[in-house]
Amino acid sequence: MSVRVLRPGLLTTVQDRGRHGFQRVGLCPGGAMDPVALALANALVGNAPGEAALEITVTGPELAFEEDTLVAVCGAEFQGGFPHNRPVLAPAGSRFNVGRAVRGARAYLAVAGGFAVDPVLGSRSTYLPGRFGGFEGRALKHGDALPLRDSTAAERFSALKKTRDGSVRWSAPPLTLPDREPILVHVIDGQHFASFDSTSQRAFVDTVWRVAPESNRMGFRLSGPPLGRPQGDEILSGPTCLGSVQVPPSGVPIALMADHQTTGGYPRIAEIASADVARLAQLAPGGKVHFARCSLEIAAELRRHARERLDSALSGIAWEYSRK
Amino acid sequence: MAKARPLGVIPLGDAAAYIEFSTTLDLEVNSVVQSLALAILKRKVAWIRDVVPALGGIALHFDLDHAEFPQKPLDEALALVNDSLKQGLATKDDPGREVELAVCYEPEFALDLNEVAKKASLPAEEIATRHAAGEYRVLMMGFAPGHAYMGGLDAKLAVPRRASPRAVVPAGSVAIANEQTVVYPYAISGGWNVIGRTPMVLFDAARSRPSLLWPGDRVRFRAITKAQFVVLAVNQ
Repeated sequence: MSVRVLRPGLLTTVQDRGRHGFQRVGLCPGGAMDPVALALANALVGNAPGEAALEITVTGPELAFEEDTLVAVCGAEFQGGFPHNRPVLAPAGSRFNVGRAVRGARAYLAVAGGFAVDPVLGSRSTYLPGRFGGFEGRALKHGDALPLRDSTAAERFSALKKTRDGSVRWSAPPLTLPDREPILVHVIDGQHFASFDSTSQRAFVDTVWRVAPESNRMGFRLSGPPLGRPQGDEILSGPTCLGSVQVPPSGVPIALMADHQTTGGYPRIAEIASADVARLAQLAPGGKVHFARCSLEIAAELRRHARERLDSALSGIAWEYSRK
Repeated sequence: MAKARPLGVIPLGDAAAYIEFSTTLDLEVNSVVQSLALAILKRKVAWIRDVVPALGGIALHFDLDHAEFPQKPLDEALALVNDSLKQGLATKDDPGREVELAVCYEPEFALDLNEVAKKASLPAEEIATRHAAGEYRVLMMGFAPGHAYMGGLDAKLAVPRRASPRAVVPAGSVAIANEQTVVYPYAISGGWNVIGRTPMVLFDAARSRPSLLWPGDRVRFRAITKAQFVVLAVNQ
């Protein structure tokens, strides 16, 4: 059983929740840029939340299914004649044509049972700079055949109530998509915030930043007014984190994303609240964001809210499946 | 050694904390940081999933969804560090693992040899001799998987980075800048002065221990010829 790639799209990779425990040898956790959408897509096809799915970026792939396959797409909305945020049975021989993203930047296509690729260092995530993990350590290309694991989810799906188009009446909520731009992203002061002058400190929160075209899974470059150099001594290189916002000498801030470097020598003006990282990941190049400073307590509160909303969506999906 | 005490806990957002010991590079402090990192790893704290020793401190990365994730992670992180220090770092006198890396310093691989010789006012032959004579310690890893920042470079070789970084430094390149030496695990961009190349694979995700070098390792470089380089490259 496999899924054949007819057209790969801009950047389609296998991603799960990443590999942990290797940052001390310089390997970042990686994994899905939007783990919330990944969890939802998995739940819709009966998988564990951290199962590997296809991360589809800005322009989607065209896929052909060899056998009846239960599929769900969550995250960004893409053009194409398939329902988002719902389980769909793709019949044997059918094609899934994912067009361009119309809202958000990244979607997760999960298949019931998951993709049968071997984990590397505990994860099926593709780490592009190291060329390992996922499907042959690379983005998908034309002609690839991704093997699938067996699953009984299609039977459970067939027991669900359907509409005339063969899908279900309900859907999972898009929890990380921007309603409007600029999106608001909360940040905690970075280690070096205080050494930036007040003009740069203000500019950082007053500016509507745009995600620059040269942004990728490693980091988002933010276009806007260049920030000044911080005062004080040269800083000692140190650990960075998912969501660190560092300011290199060019003054162009870089928000570190899933495949970030684990250490850095640039001053860090801010750290993105972990609850908001997945929402930032849904901005395509050109997308607009502004930052609001918050305390660690608020960041924890945001995290609890995000967790509750996801848990409630996941239990909603579980309830639909349990109802015969 | 015992004098090393945390200066403070700096939140790396809400998902990690950096316990700072020094704002400048101090090899003695770094040595404590290395032992401390191992002591914390040994405790296997369920809500901490990455322990990263760095030049002047240690980062703890949290598993925010873990059931045992505490209400006040920064306080807990600091308590963990202080507890470990109080109990005494068992590995205080641990010399670290010893690793020997074969390096070919011949001109074909030593892309910046002449520039370094000029900057250091040393004859070109002496660069390799001095580099291979040193004993180094992995102070921090980062930049790329398997990429180690090693301290212990001969002060005479402490030259600044190249004015303009190379777009691609060949994999295995051994390079120096300031008072450190590195080995590039992949062909990536970089600004350090390349003085040789190792045939060894620094990072391979398929190995059970994916990285050749680990934080705290003691490293020596052994000069080899081009012919030996070729043999080692094939046979490792």
